[in-house]
Amino acid sequence: LSATPEIPKEDGRPKWDNKFQYILSCIGFAVGLGNVWRFPYLCQIHGGGAFLIPYFIALLFEGIPLLHLELALGQYLRKGSIRAWNTISPYLGGVGVGSWMVSVLVSLYYNTVLTWVMWYFINSFQEPLPWSVCPLNENRTGFNEECYESTAVNYFWYRKTLNITPDIAESGTLQWWLILCLAACWAVVYLCTIRGIETTGKAIYVTAIFPYLVLTIFLIQGLTLPGATEGLIYLFTPNLNTLKNPRVWLDAATQIFFSLSLAFGGLIAFASYNPKKNDCEKDAVTVAIVNSMTSVYASIPVFSVLGFKATTAYWDCLDRNIINIINEFDLPEESIMRQNYTSWISFLNSSYPEKIAGLKLKSCNLQEYLDQSVSGTGLAFIVFTQAIILMPGSQAWAILFFIMLFSLGLSSMFGNIEGVFTPLLELQIIPKSAPKELLSGVICLISFLIALCFTLGSGSYWIDIFDRYAGSVPLLVIAFFEVIGVVYIYKIKRFSKDVEWMTGRKLNLYWQITWRFISPLLLLIVFMAFVTLQMQKPPSYTAWNPKYEGFPMKEEKVYPPWVQAICVLLAALPCVCVPLVALFHLVKQKRRSKDPSLVPPEVFSCQGANS
Amino acid sequence: YAWDANEEYLFKAMVAFAMRRYSSRSTTQISNVLLCNVTDRVSFWFVVTDSSKNVTTVPGSEVEAAIRMNRNRINNAFLLSDKTLQFLKITSTLSPPVEPSTPAWLIVFGVVLCLVVAGIVFLIVSGIQKHKKKNKESTERENLEEKVEVTLENGMPCEALDLKAGHINGVFAADDERFTSL
Repeated sequence: LSATPEIPKEDGRPKWDNKFQYILSCIGFAVGLGNVWRFPYLCQIHGGGAFLIPYFIALLFEGIPLLHLELALGQYLRKGSIRAWNTISPYLGGVGVGSWMVSVLVSLYYNTVLTWVMWYFINSFQEPLPWSVCPLNENRTGFNEECYESTAVNYFWYRKTLNITPDIAESGTLQWWLILCLAACWAVVYLCTIRGIETTGKAIYVTAIFPYLVLTIFLIQGLTLPGATEGLIYLFTPNLNTLKNPRVWLDAATQIFFSLSLAFGGLIAFASYNPKKNDCEKDAVTVAIVNSMTSVYASIPVFSVLGFKATTAYWDCLDRNIINIINEFDLPEESIMRQNYTSWISFLNSSYPEKIAGLKLKSCNLQEYLDQSVSGTGLAFIVFTQAIILMPGSQAWAILFFIMLFSLGLSSMFGNIEGVFTPLLELQIIPKSAPKELLSGVICLISFLIALCFTLGSGSYWIDIFDRYAGSVPLLVIAFFEVIGVVYIYKIKRFSKDVEWMTGRKLNLYWQITWRFISPLLLLIVFMAFVTLQMQKPPSYTAWNPKYEGFPMKEEKVYPPWVQAICVLLAALPCVCVPLVALFHLVKQKRRSKDPSLVPPEVFSCQGANS
Repeated sequence: YAWDANEEYLFKAMVAFAMRRYSSRSTTQISNVLLCNVTDRVSFWFVVTDSSKNVTTVPGSEVEAAIRMNRNRINNAFLLSDKTLQFLKITSTLSPPVEPSTPAWLIVFGVVLCLVVAGIVFLIVSGIQKHKKKNKESTERENLEEKVEVTLENGMPCEALDLKAGHINGVFAADDERFTSL
């Protein structure tokens, strides 16, 4: 039945205005904040250019096959994730429910990260930038103590933005400025997703293309900064020894997986709005390669700027030492320059060792500054903002940078919201006569109210938890069941025929091998390794505590038991949907078979391909 | 600029000026300011003598206070700042940052929010208008179709068929049984 070409019916399902919109939406969903602040960090700690090897191997054997699977599935079945998996088999309905749940959880906290970006953005319109100066203390004799001990940038992030509490158990109060920004962010999301893909399709032209423009601008600017070359050399020098560490391969696999936004249901939703006869194979390869290229492309300006920052810090260190020496020995100004610093130091050390020792000079090492690697919010809000202060015309750079981050996050949010919106629309929880705008409004409103928890003092600790537990393990489980479900329950032969009908050419052996064996195996290995690594030590977090002795270092704390229970719940809830729904259907089946009044159905293999 | 005797002269003049302004001792002359131990680093000691009482120096605290009061003028005379012209033992008072009446970020936030809300309202209103137009069109079309013909089904007008009296085919009825069971 699936092989016969169907007359395309007008089923009233919305569709993309053109193919480019669809591709751009998938790319925008895949390319997110992680491409900018996680990939360069991984490159840095895992041996620079050498990391690209496990990264591309993972892309080839895990990323592209899974992506093709999801896109083909969505395109053929023309349904959102819940309905699609119900169609494949009622026992696999749990996979759809699970991915819907993950989309909900991730949407909640992801938009709060965008709130922080927006807060920084609207604060970039001031002169001087608020994170460049420390505020004064009460009697105006010196700077605020917390700010003075750490840096102005740290102070602005931890105190002025988050108003963070020293412990996750202390919730603190709701921060009104964050609530305002959160409301604005959800309003922007509502504006863009108000009618589903009709509106996101228009918005994606801006939010998906703009980051590339800004990255190019930063690339050009970054390369002209002093010290950029040191940063780039440091980033890209391959250290092949790191490949012996299995941790590197695990990180590469997880990075590819999460970077492509697989198993969220959003990709299935996007593909379901496609015409059936569409080359999903080419689309999948295109999206995956563009995503990886963007990661590599983004790491160049990031590392130019980091190299610049490290060099400036190194020069500051040298300058401080030089001033101290000149003051001590009463030498004329500009007698010691950075270039002849080392020769001077050795000369003075040999002639006046006690004096030099008495000065307590800090040893300045450029490598040490380059080694300070940060990822995630630390990279964007602490390290990068510090580098921006040092650039001429900081306001413009700050504004550009934060708009870019906002666009990157927003285009990913579209995919997340679509993964929530499309299944709900198909389940028809609101009557058909009600407009779509109502459903998207309700989704945005409820999400806003729940996300208010993240604006508490302890909010950022909770976001870390959501990111680590809700946005990681469940996705691996769901993707595993996706592959197994399609290959072994829906049967790979049937699926191959469906894909051949859609793309118009025979399925390559590469897809057969990866779908049948390599991808499920890889997912299983990654899942086991991931869980094992998490279990090795009790889950802990680092807290910002001004009263800590080691301040400004962050204090390492263990999660209290009730928080650990929540972590387990977050990770387990979407996963447990899969067996639960299967069990529910099994019970229903058993009850149905015990009921003699119903005639047992004939063997009726209907593909359910009609939407 | 190079530090030479002229700069030293200017420095003496500035210190004398500061002393005159602070304690209104109009008798302080440039010759009252003495520099010593000038090094290549351009660092030196200086004292201010009191010409009224012979060979005594003005107490350090007074000099310190005078310089603190006129620090800005002294800095500007040499085109230097608090950091580049250091008086040991005289700490600079920090100027408070300028606080505008409304925080700048609130203004930008207001602009952003207004734009977004305007966009949402526009989209909702246009959606409602489109919906109304579609409803009007569909009711017009329905009225048109009713006049064309009575829909027929197997030679019988549909209204005549009592749909409830039909027999429900068990094979097709159960929705979930559409697919082969596992």
